[in-house]
Amino acid sequence: MVLMKSKELAMPKSPETGPARPLTGAHVAVFGLSHSYRKADGRVLENIDFEINQGEVVALLGRSGCGKSTLLHMLAGLTKPSEGEVVINGNTVLDPSPKWVMMFQAPSLYPWMTVAQNAALGLKFTRRSDEIATRVPEVLDLVDLGSFADRNAQELSGGQQQRVALARSLAPRPEMLLLDEPFSALDAFTRRSLQQDVRRIAKDLGLTLVIVTHDVGEAVRMADRVLVLRSNPGRIAEDTTIALTDDERSGGSEAFSREHSRLMAVYSQVAGIGDAPTENDFTQI
Amino acid sequence: MTDLSQSLTSVRLGLPSLGRSRSVVNAALGIVLLMALWWLGGWAVSSNPRLFAFSNFAPVPTLSRLWQMIQSGEVITMSVPSLERVGLGLLYAVAIGVPVGILIGRVARVNEIANVPFQFLRMISPLSWMPIAVLAFDTWDGAIVFLISMAAIWPILFSTAAGVRRIDPSWLKVARNLGANPFHTLFVVILPAIAVDVLTGIRLALGVAWVVLVPAEYLGVTSGLGYAINDARDTLDYARLAATVVVIGVIGFSLDALAGQLVKKFNWVRQDGH
Repeated sequence: MVLMKSKELAMPKSPETGPARPLTGAHVAVFGLSHSYRKADGRVLENIDFEINQGEVVALLGRSGCGKSTLLHMLAGLTKPSEGEVVINGNTVLDPSPKWVMMFQAPSLYPWMTVAQNAALGLKFTRRSDEIATRVPEVLDLVDLGSFADRNAQELSGGQQQRVALARSLAPRPEMLLLDEPFSALDAFTRRSLQQDVRRIAKDLGLTLVIVTHDVGEAVRMADRVLVLRSNPGRIAEDTTIALTDDERSGGSEAFSREHSRLMAVYSQVAGIGDAPTENDFTQI
Repeated sequence: MTDLSQSLTSVRLGLPSLGRSRSVVNAALGIVLLMALWWLGGWAVSSNPRLFAFSNFAPVPTLSRLWQMIQSGEVITMSVPSLERVGLGLLYAVAIGVPVGILIGRVARVNEIANVPFQFLRMISPLSWMPIAVLAFDTWDGAIVFLISMAAIWPILFSTAAGVRRIDPSWLKVARNLGANPFHTLFVVILPAIAVDVLTGIRLALGVAWVVLVPAEYLGVTSGLGYAINDARDTLDYARLAATVVVIGVIGFSLDALAGQLVKKFNWVRQDGH
């Protein structure tokens, strides 16, 4: 399931099939973000400030309940923050936009549609139906599902469905993908191949990528930078860079183990886990 | 003794091997049983001197009369007005029930407000509106269609609302994220998602409407199956009355089967899917 076609897609071959506009990632700046669901309840997030550069892959790492998923919803414009603001490419985010697409733990495909129809949704909704005929096969090839176009979405495996969700997100040519633990329901091998593929696709297309995860291994494999969140209230406790080449990220190397241990130590300290589980990449669920 | 248990076992083992034909055989058995009961009832009536006048309810006079009615086209002329009334009544019920159902399914507040009034109205037999319907509508036809709509609206409305409530919230979130406007959300997400629920509601509504139709057609009109029943009773033509009953049953059964096929066609849940 290695994606060979992604590089071809990044470089337009001809004016007909090439991208309509240059593919550049979004720049994100978050200022003084705080959030509480109800006034009476405590703050889920408090005084969050950070910046994400164009084309950067950033992981938000934290235990469940630290507000990392809420933070991602705010970046997507799906939740409005109580205080502070999210600025993308210089504009305050007020509403969701197909320019920054979120992917969830469940693929959330429409089960009454074919794979191709699902992948075409973003173009259909943004009145670019004329691009569907060329763009949908392109993105389905990108996620290795070119031959599945006419299949019903329900006939696919969990990993394949998540690939369709990825194709659906990529079809409208977004500037940023926001991933809310999208691989956590998949088996280890499928998860690993998707982690690699998504990073590669994002890098090839120059997309900004934000991944919410509680899996240290996932953060090390995918992210250029990791923001470690503390809970109650959610705050950014650490901002650390993962200095690994793409080859080293596939695991097994000494450099990978070193970064993994280092991040695990940071995470354990921030999360207050005394005896952190030593994560075996193939048994972690 | 051993022979008997052996043959019983072979029967039990033999049944599944009939496979698909088993359900057909059982359905045929049901029809035969019903006919036998009908015949038995007819025989009991005709052998009772006090009930002898009603002996035309038996299968033989009924079915031969039915054959005449089919040949003369009378079956068509009596059924078409009834089908038109049911169709129109269902149309109104869908036109009101589906949008209102979507609204109460989507907006919790509307549901809370509407719940008690709707449950109250639902439990009133549609036929109790008859006097009001007669007063309110200029034509008998209008009153009948109104009664059918009153009966048909509730299954459609509640089934639609239940379908909307079952919509996966992430489907709506995905649509919103991908730039869907409310029009898209309704036609690309909500309506396809609830199509099966709406059709199931229509199927239930059709059953109720068909039941209400006959007594509703006792009102003023001079056409339709209900009128035919009433007319046959008044003219003591019991064979015709029983034949009309058969026609009502056959049409009702066929409509329900048709609706069942539609439900199946629009059901997007794949049993063999993941």
